[in-house]
Amino acid sequence: MPKSDITLEQKKYKEFAETKKPKPPVLRNVISAFIVGGIICTIGQIILNFYVSIGMDKLKEAPAATSATMVFLGAFLTGIGVYDQIGKRAGAGSIVPITGFANSIVSPAMEFKAEGFIFGVAAKMFVVAGPVIVYGMTISMIIGFIYYFLKL
Amino acid sequence: MANKKIGSQTIMLENAPSIIGVSSIVGPKEGQGPLKDYFDLIINDMYYQEKSWEKAERKMMKEAVEMAIKNSKIPYNAIEYFIAGDLLNQIISAGYTARDLGLPFLGIYGACSTMAEGLALGAMIVDGGFADNVVIATSSHFCTAERQYRFPLEFGNQRPPTSQTTVTGAGAAVISSKVDNPKITYITIGKVIDMGEKNPNDMGTAMAPAAVDTIVKHFEDTKRSQDYYDLVVTGDLASIGKDIAEDLLKEKGLNLSNRYSDCGLMIFSPYQDVHAGGSGCGCAAVVFCGYIFKEMKKGRFNKVLLVATGALMSTTSNQQGESIPCIAHAVAIENL
Repeated sequence: MPKSDITLEQKKYKEFAETKKPKPPVLRNVISAFIVGGIICTIGQIILNFYVSIGMDKLKEAPAATSATMVFLGAFLTGIGVYDQIGKRAGAGSIVPITGFANSIVSPAMEFKAEGFIFGVAAKMFVVAGPVIVYGMTISMIIGFIYYFLKL
Repeated sequence: MANKKIGSQTIMLENAPSIIGVSSIVGPKEGQGPLKDYFDLIINDMYYQEKSWEKAERKMMKEAVEMAIKNSKIPYNAIEYFIAGDLLNQIISAGYTARDLGLPFLGIYGACSTMAEGLALGAMIVDGGFADNVVIATSSHFCTAERQYRFPLEFGNQRPPTSQTTVTGAGAAVISSKVDNPKITYITIGKVIDMGEKNPNDMGTAMAPAAVDTIVKHFEDTKRSQDYYDLVVTGDLASIGKDIAEDLLKEKGLNLSNRYSDCGLMIFSPYQDVHAGGSGCGCAAVVFCGYIFKEMKKGRFNKVLLVATGALMSTTSNQQGESIPCIAHAVAIENL
């Protein structure tokens, strides 16, 4: 990024404009993110407990089934147009959990249907989630290597 | 020898072409706003019975043009040129509308300043004697703009308070050599001003200096006093941009006080969850073609300076870390 070509006039304007901007309601956002994120995780926990209670393996089967259920719920709420309404208020509280991941894939897939199933739905499906997948996997590999060598 | 130019950036239209017919079509949210009674048509369906939002947008533009021609009470075949632009890549709304209208077409791009650019070019063509009747139009659509510039609609993200809401709407105006009111008397073509702002969620801050530059040039060139106009209205600076523009204007010695307003603030009420206010080509277009024109006809406003503002960036330039170049054109519209 070119940084040197900012003039004094531009710098002064930036400082002046900064005083005019309303501050985002951070406290309110943080509290609603905490509450909504907490609710989503509680629902996940209830589902996990349910799967364990019907005899699924606590470490392998039940968590995978829980994730799948939560992804379904996120996708379903996106499809009926509810998830963006939750996200508007909850912010990170509904983006960070796995339901948010489902929302980030389903929403572009729905929207780009107009461009067809190949160049629309399939190609655009990962526009939002793509970077998360790429860097999530990269980081997990790095951590995997560290873990592997430390164990040796 | 350019004999119509005065000062550094202003054109004086000696023949003062008239605006003989306008029309405005808006979406559901705009149709619930404070100006709802001024629009010719409010659509309740964002798809407007089409298969895609892009098609809905161009249908709005086409109907706006046809309605403006009808309102001007001149026959369709008297229209000589169609000048239009919009926000979508390669101005497809304008291009496809022109295909369907079958009129000689000049496509323009000025982002949200397109309305003023269209009025300026149309008025110059008529004033110069190159045509008697020209129709100009512009449109924007919340959904097409969101998907091109931001996130999918159903994506659950949070918008910062500085962000603006793209107006769903199309406006069209017929400019003619026929003697009528209101007339276009002066045009000030703006320069591109870039104050180094990079935040696409804060267009008002980026565009305010461009608006101020053009307004100041207009008053300098025309030597008009600061209380000449009944209304000086910027395109879509919204709450933060307008606040900044007011301060900058005062700094330059122009005190427009309560005669200054902004289309982005007029079209929505603050309770409509639009954050800083409205934006998009349609914003200045429908506020002018709906509210301002009709109030000029009634005589409530007699001298209006429309200063539509545009941010000339794209998602590519923005992702490459470039700042936002902005423009504003001023069009003086008066009852003489």
